[in-house]
Amino acid sequence: MTVSPKVASWLQVAPMAFVFTAMVLIPLGIIFVVSFLDYNFAQVFPEIYMGSWQDALYSRLTVDLYLTVFKFLLITLTITFAIGFSLAYFLVFHVRSNGMRLALLAAAAIPFWTPGPIRMVSWVPLLGKEGLVNQALLGLGLIDAPLDWLLYSQFAVVLAYINLLTLAMLGPITHSMAKIPRSLIQAAQDQGASEWQIIREVILPLCKPGIAIGTIFICTAVLGDFFIVKIMSGGQTNTPANAIATELAAFQYPPAAAKSVMLLVVVVILVSVLLRFVDIRKELQR
Amino acid sequence: MHLKKIAETPDAPTIPAQPTVRQATKGHRFDVELVAVTKRYSATTTAVDDISLRIPRGSYCCLLGPSGCGKSTTLRMLAGHESVSEGAILVQDVEITTLPPIQRGTSMMFQDYALFPHLTALENVAFSLKVRKVPKEERLKRAREYLELVQMDNLANRLPNQLSGGQQQRVALARSLITRPKVLLLDEPLSALDPFLRTRMRAELKRIQKELGITFVHVTHSQEEAMALSDMMVVMNDAKIMQAAPAREIFETPENAFVAKFIGGHNVLVSEGRAVSVRADRCRIGAQPGMRTAKGEITMIEYHGPFVQISLAGDSGDDLTAVMSDAEYFAQEPRIGDRAAISWEASSEHELVA
Repeated sequence: MTVSPKVASWLQVAPMAFVFTAMVLIPLGIIFVVSFLDYNFAQVFPEIYMGSWQDALYSRLTVDLYLTVFKFLLITLTITFAIGFSLAYFLVFHVRSNGMRLALLAAAAIPFWTPGPIRMVSWVPLLGKEGLVNQALLGLGLIDAPLDWLLYSQFAVVLAYINLLTLAMLGPITHSMAKIPRSLIQAAQDQGASEWQIIREVILPLCKPGIAIGTIFICTAVLGDFFIVKIMSGGQTNTPANAIATELAAFQYPPAAAKSVMLLVVVVILVSVLLRFVDIRKELQR
Repeated sequence: MHLKKIAETPDAPTIPAQPTVRQATKGHRFDVELVAVTKRYSATTTAVDDISLRIPRGSYCCLLGPSGCGKSTTLRMLAGHESVSEGAILVQDVEITTLPPIQRGTSMMFQDYALFPHLTALENVAFSLKVRKVPKEERLKRAREYLELVQMDNLANRLPNQLSGGQQQRVALARSLITRPKVLLLDEPLSALDPFLRTRMRAELKRIQKELGITFVHVTHSQEEAMALSDMMVVMNDAKIMQAAPAREIFETPENAFVAKFIGGHNVLVSEGRAVSVRADRCRIGAQPGMRTAKGEITMIEYHGPFVQISLAGDSGDDLTAVMSDAEYFAQEPRIGDRAAISWEASSEHELVA
């Protein structure tokens, strides 16, 4: 039996289209509708109520939530980029053997071998009041009293993000960098470029797609995270995702829905801006 | 011609700063000297084994050999992209063995052209000036002159992937020349082009080399290309130089059986107990009185237009080739499978070194 190519391609996309419609588009539609409904402590009424949206759009709280999360995002992006780019440069241009390169890249994935809660708990013996870092600093006489901002603070949140998300930056950048032909680097040397100039003029511009993809990963991860921020800040810091989780826990579905839609719009805008820097199709080709 | 202007302005501001390289003496005889150069990758793998070579000034030199013979490694050592295990390299009487690429007075044109894909043709050519912080206007002006030299100025603002292979190559050439090298190194520059473009680009390379008067070192595995271009031909095999001489000398008096076979057009056989080579175009089909002969069976007949090439499986186990003029061939018209003899004058024999 033969099918026309047109039918065949429809059949190929059908399963994914079905899953996407049933599990993403329809629930999103429902969330969107719910965000306009009235509610009380126990149920949602089928009556139009704009309060959730007014709250989401105009309250001082929303601004604070987004300021906090963008601060986290910016710091995390800067540091993961710095670490990710330098590590990728080391892996691609200084590690000679392919096996060693793969092994080191795999080692960078070690933080993912343990489940999230365990990972969070294991910060305590390191950063806690009696933790290794404080003990060491006290022992060296650098501080008189234990630092209390190491754990359950915004510092701790960012630290956990960096620990977890550096790989998301490292991977795509390494991929981009590994695709740069060696002859380009040699040509740049021939032209008299120093190592630093080669990085700035050749490697960095050619890694843009990797940097953009890594940035997308980290943006979505940080904006969507409510777990790490809750645990690592000890519940003291709130982000938009966190606020949504809190409202859901209190059965306040319409305001949670309004904030979700808003967060989604923010993420979509961010991602579409980032996608202008990278041609995904071209990345998939090679 | 812009070229002349560029070539003859010795103090033009585009001369790369070369603090550690003494300006070459006026009277240098050789642009490149390799002195007992060896490249060892490990105790057992030697890519280049104790080779010595002198390339006279202003020559077009081709390094020719089968893949893995060490010709590319030699070029890369010259360029400074490969370290030298033993020996020394001199460019215009100055030792450059361990200097970084830019200080050697060499410039390399890569096989894959190695153009920066994010920069336009013009910016590619201007790259070396940019890293030396030449002001933007000045460097783009200079780069444009070099693009004119390779007739690419009309496509200056295209990105490399918007250019054809031949066009990319011209840009790569301009980019190599703007550093004003004493020696231009070309790594199989024509291998990625289609045959038509290859012959055209070949002529162009030769023209540019003549006009600039600098030495070109060109790596190739095509003996035809090497013959067409070189003032000096270096045949390499198995990490060693087999013969280095002008093309005519190599063709007429190949040093050994490898050279005779590799450059083609020769029969390598044993005559009167000596290993000799005889040019295929000095051999005729059919036994002739007073001439030396070898017998065999015809295995292949190739018509080339003005001449016809006939291959025989010789009775002695050698492959034999005779080249006949087309008139001669159609007068006799031998066929595949026929028994035949080839014959040659004793004076056409050239004795080979074992």
